[in-house]
Amino acid sequence: MTKLKLQSLHKRESELAYAERQLEILSNGIFKSGELPKFKDKIAEIGQSPLKPKKLEILQINLGYMCNQVCSHCHVDAGPDRKEIMTRETMKQCLEVIKNTGAHTLDLTGGAPEMNPDFRWFVEEASKAGIEDFIVRSNLTIIRANKKYHDLPEFFKKHNVHVVSSMPHWTKGKTDKQRGDGVFDKSIKALQELNAVGYGLPDSRLRLDLVYNPSGAFLPGDQTSMEKDFKKALQEDFGIRFHNLFAITNLPISRFLDYLIASENYEDYMYSLVEAYNPTAVENVMCRNTLSISWDGWLYDCDFNQMLGLKVDSKIKHIKEYNEDLLNNRNIIISQHCYGCTAGAGSSCQGSVA
Amino acid sequence: MDNNYYDPKDLKKFGDITEWSEELGTKYFDYYGKVFEEGALTAREKALIALAVAHTEQCPYCIDAYTVDCLKRGVTKEQMMEAIHVGAAIKSGATLVHGVMMMNKVNKLDG
Ligand code: SF4
Ligand code: SF4
Repeated sequence: MTKLKLQSLHKRESELAYAERQLEILSNGIFKSGELPKFKDKIAEIGQSPLKPKKLEILQINLGYMCNQVCSHCHVDAGPDRKEIMTRETMKQCLEVIKNTGAHTLDLTGGAPEMNPDFRWFVEEASKAGIEDFIVRSNLTIIRANKKYHDLPEFFKKHNVHVVSSMPHWTKGKTDKQRGDGVFDKSIKALQELNAVGYGLPDSRLRLDLVYNPSGAFLPGDQTSMEKDFKKALQEDFGIRFHNLFAITNLPISRFLDYLIASENYEDYMYSLVEAYNPTAVENVMCRNTLSISWDGWLYDCDFNQMLGLKVDSKIKHIKEYNEDLLNNRNIIISQHCYGCTAGAGSSCQGSVA
Repeated sequence: MDNNYYDPKDLKKFGDITEWSEELGTKYFDYYGKVFEEGALTAREKALIALAVAHTEQCPYCIDAYTVDCLKRGVTKEQMMEAIHVGAAIKSGATLVHGVMMMNKVNKLDG
């Protein structure tokens, strides 16, 4: 990847900070000329257009776009300069939904969700709802970023939080190139601290999973073999244990789209996504069992659609008017970025789907 | 083959060789697929060997394909370059070791 930029697209006032511009790129060029088929036509071939939700299983809540890192591939365009943060009032509205939802998984993401000043309060309240699987997506370095975060492993343990963390490679060079200087060493330290309180150990109920996504314009390799390689290297080199590895494809939006265009990889990357299109992955794309809630309470089919400003196609668009049955009747909004979810073994926040 | 002997797009047509010799082509691709499955060697190790051989054979299609495959499997650029050096060392070694043949001949004829 090109050299890491230290500011978000928003701060740099890049045209790609605007969702409309990204959607325009994704609909024009090779897709407009017919050189590559549109996602809509591809899923129509298998009778999946319009794409409809199945049973709601996961509520994914984005607590804000602020982050201590500025990773080059970030689809959120997160960074220290992003000020969008969920308020306690919106959190209260989310809690009402969490108490009544049929979903079995709650998934907190960001940015770095821990940077939200009400993060701990929210976790404490939400964990009372007795949801089966309570995920926090932690970028690891936050645990080492400041003294006030040092006790996060204990805090996670206390609330039986399932920790899911990004780790693009088992070597320093590749990790720091994507996520910033020093990220690898801090992540290793944080993983060791999570292990020390019991996270990720073979029989532990404290789940620790890692997320792998490629460091450049290529698709992820097979999830099972990558998991083996990660486990071997992290254990041999640092004594680190974890449970599962989720291999995730980078979707061509936001900073990754910016990188693809700047490095002249955009067209080739879209070709490789379309070539790797796997119709069986369509069955399990995550928008079919997930709802995504933004920091300001709007509802989206997934975190990617959130970043593209595509609110759900339903009368119910905000958490304050939440109605699961009505929402489950909606059509999912799709565009060419969706090819990222159906390439190869498919890709979701829980890794491969096919 | 208008202006170039090699066209990157032709790599995608590799499977077409089966059209003009179905049985042999199919058998070859079945064999190829089997070779690259995880076995006593991991798929990652196999990709790295393939990359080294691609260079000694100087096949641009294979270099393209196995560079991407190595990246997908998490092989680092340092590992890729070392693998190519292994190929180069064997290739140059194979040339140089034939020097002994030349030496034997010279010694016999003109020793
Ligand atoms: S840690 Fe996650 S949210 Fe933060 S910049 Fe990196 S990818 Fe984006
Ligand atoms: S990008 Fe979102 S809407 Fe598109 S297929 Fe993936 S999860 Fe579904």
